Amino acid sequence: MASLLTAFRRIAHAGVREYARREAASCAASGLTGRRSFVTGTQPLRSDNKVTVHFINRDGEKITVEGSPGDSLLDVVINEDLDFDGFGACEGTLACSTCHLIFDEDVYKKLGPVTDEEMDMLDLAYGLTETSRLGCQICLSRSLQGMVARVPESVADIRQSQDGSS
Amino acid sequence: MHGFKNIFSGVTLWTWRRSRWINRRGEAAFSSCRPKVCVVGSGPAGFYTAQHLIKARQDVEVDIYERLPVPFGLVRFGVAPDHPEVKNVINTFTQTAKHARCSFYGNVNIGKDVSVEELQQAYHAVILSYGAEGNRRMGIPGEDLAGVYSAKDFVGWYNGLPSCRELSPDLSCETAVILGQGNVALDIARILLSPTDILKTTEITQPALEALMESKVRRVLIVGRRGPMQVACTIKELREMVKLPGTRPEMLPADFVGVPEAIPDLPRPRKRLTELMLKTAVELPAEEERERRSKSCRSWGLRFFRSPVLVLPNPDGTRTAAVRLAVNKLEGSGEAARAVLTDEVEDVTCGLVISSIGYKSLPIDPSVPFDSGKAIVPNQMGRVQQAPGLYCSGWLKTGPTGVIATTMNNSFDTARSLMEDMDSGDLDMSAEKSGALSIRTLLEKRGVKPVTFSDWEKIDNMEVKKGESIGKPREKLLTVENMLQVAWA
Repeated sequence: MASLLTAFRRIAHAGVREYARREAASCAASGLTGRRSFVTGTQPLRSDNKVTVHFINRDGEKITVEGSPGDSLLDVVINEDLDFDGFGACEGTLACSTCHLIFDEDVYKKLGPVTDEEMDMLDLAYGLTETSRLGCQICLSRSLQGMVARVPESVADIRQSQDGSS
Repeated sequence: MHGFKNIFSGVTLWTWRRSRWINRRGEAAFSSCRPKVCVVGSGPAGFYTAQHLIKARQDVEVDIYERLPVPFGLVRFGVAPDHPEVKNVINTFTQTAKHARCSFYGNVNIGKDVSVEELQQAYHAVILSYGAEGNRRMGIPGEDLAGVYSAKDFVGWYNGLPSCRELSPDLSCETAVILGQGNVALDIARILLSPTDILKTTEITQPALEALMESKVRRVLIVGRRGPMQVACTIKELREMVKLPGTRPEMLPADFVGVPEAIPDLPRPRKRLTELMLKTAVELPAEEERERRSKSCRSWGLRFFRSPVLVLPNPDGTRTAAVRLAVNKLEGSGEAARAVLTDEVEDVTCGLVISSIGYKSLPIDPSVPFDSGKAIVPNQMGRVQQAPGLYCSGWLKTGPTGVIATTMNNSFDTARSLMEDMDSGDLDMSAEKSGALSIRTLLEKRGVKPVTFSDWEKIDNMEVKKGESIGKPREKLLTVENMLQVAWA
């Protein structure tokens, strides 16, 4: 585990999570590797290459951010410090379903084929739909400019007791 | 008199209202009384509950108590060694533990070194997250014979749980029978049959690895009471078995009568799982796969509609020789289908029987309400019944099923209940609480020394270092004594 990528949350936000990411993310093939700085002022000058993504959080609020082609949606959530409770627990290694996102039909079609491995984990997600995907497996490209991704509830209706069966 | 009373009451009323207003404002802006909360248990439930509280309120302090010198519970001792990605959550837990408002105290046995009542005196709220350390027994004759183990102990053995170190399971037989078809059962089957070349690069303990290298086990049957459409395992684990190098599946097509017809109506997760099982049982695989299977000398299979009724000993009564299985028929369908015993039985020769029918929570303190029927602490959304200030999260709250993400949501939910109670006044936050200060004084008096998080980091570093020299991510320390030695060096 020698080469881990770590994302630091700003202390002002009383951040509690720090992500140690493996280099072998599914989007690494795009050629983007290595260290990203999340502290402002040191982003590479590539504004023409950015892809706008709109997230709808669990309160129904729209949050607009930008990512680079090749970033996964999980990367974007981490880089932009988006505060979705419990998102990305396994850090993009297809070992959980907490980066579950829901898309519109037309966007979903553009996202490409789903591997068995992703489908297997997606099957465990709460509120699974026909247009659900795992955010850690979706790579940004310019054709996804302006895409909308909804973060679904991760439990049964709020404030109702649930049994713990998987 | 009347007038005086009025003025007086008027003044009193005004003063009372004013202090109340100040109090409310005081609590909202800065509490002279910092909320102090403690969590019992440092597995996913404990850490996710703590994480949620610390993040949501800027004033709350959380202390996590753990019986062992090492944190992380089942993430360390339950997750299979060949599933390292599942353990990535440890990074999040580590950040929580290192937060300024969080403290970890290992080597503290709640219920023995300090009581829950004493915790309640020292903290505004106590959250019980100590999980399920016991196991459901089969309740059949021969269950205590040599060669019969609970899944909890077997998993604890290969994962380095100190209390399971001496298990020394006998792997000299050809066939192993696992009762239960959940993910734990599949993990055990996979560890028993995996090529040791794969296992030797994982966190599996060295003694377990060496035992597996000498193992004669060639065939593992994973037995369930009901049918293919009721299995509790998930597709990822089943797919791993189907693809396991050096092994071939051995399923009975007869078990799948009626299944193809039922598949189209199943929800997608259940459908894909059943399709994979069916395919493995009845389909002729492609040439390449056929060849691979014919060269494999290890096999595994799911067996359905069977309940264990007896473990048969060898002639001198010292070891397991076989397990007697009663044949069931299924009444009803879907998740609610019930297994009903018939008169038919079947004996399966085997030397290793592992019962994987569920973990079970145990009561740790007589002052805490406990439902022995369900083996959980009775609660409503994490609030322990009839026990103000006491909460629970994780398996102790809902029963021992669910993956880490399930526990995460469950813990966030308990944290929300606690915060609601803090905000509404249902939880008495008026008194200043001494928190860890008084508990540590008590512990010192009783000769108990806690292990801090930086002490754990010494253990962590030592394990990683030991692992490096033999090509493993870590080589776990196997005894509490050893852990404490390193922690306090």
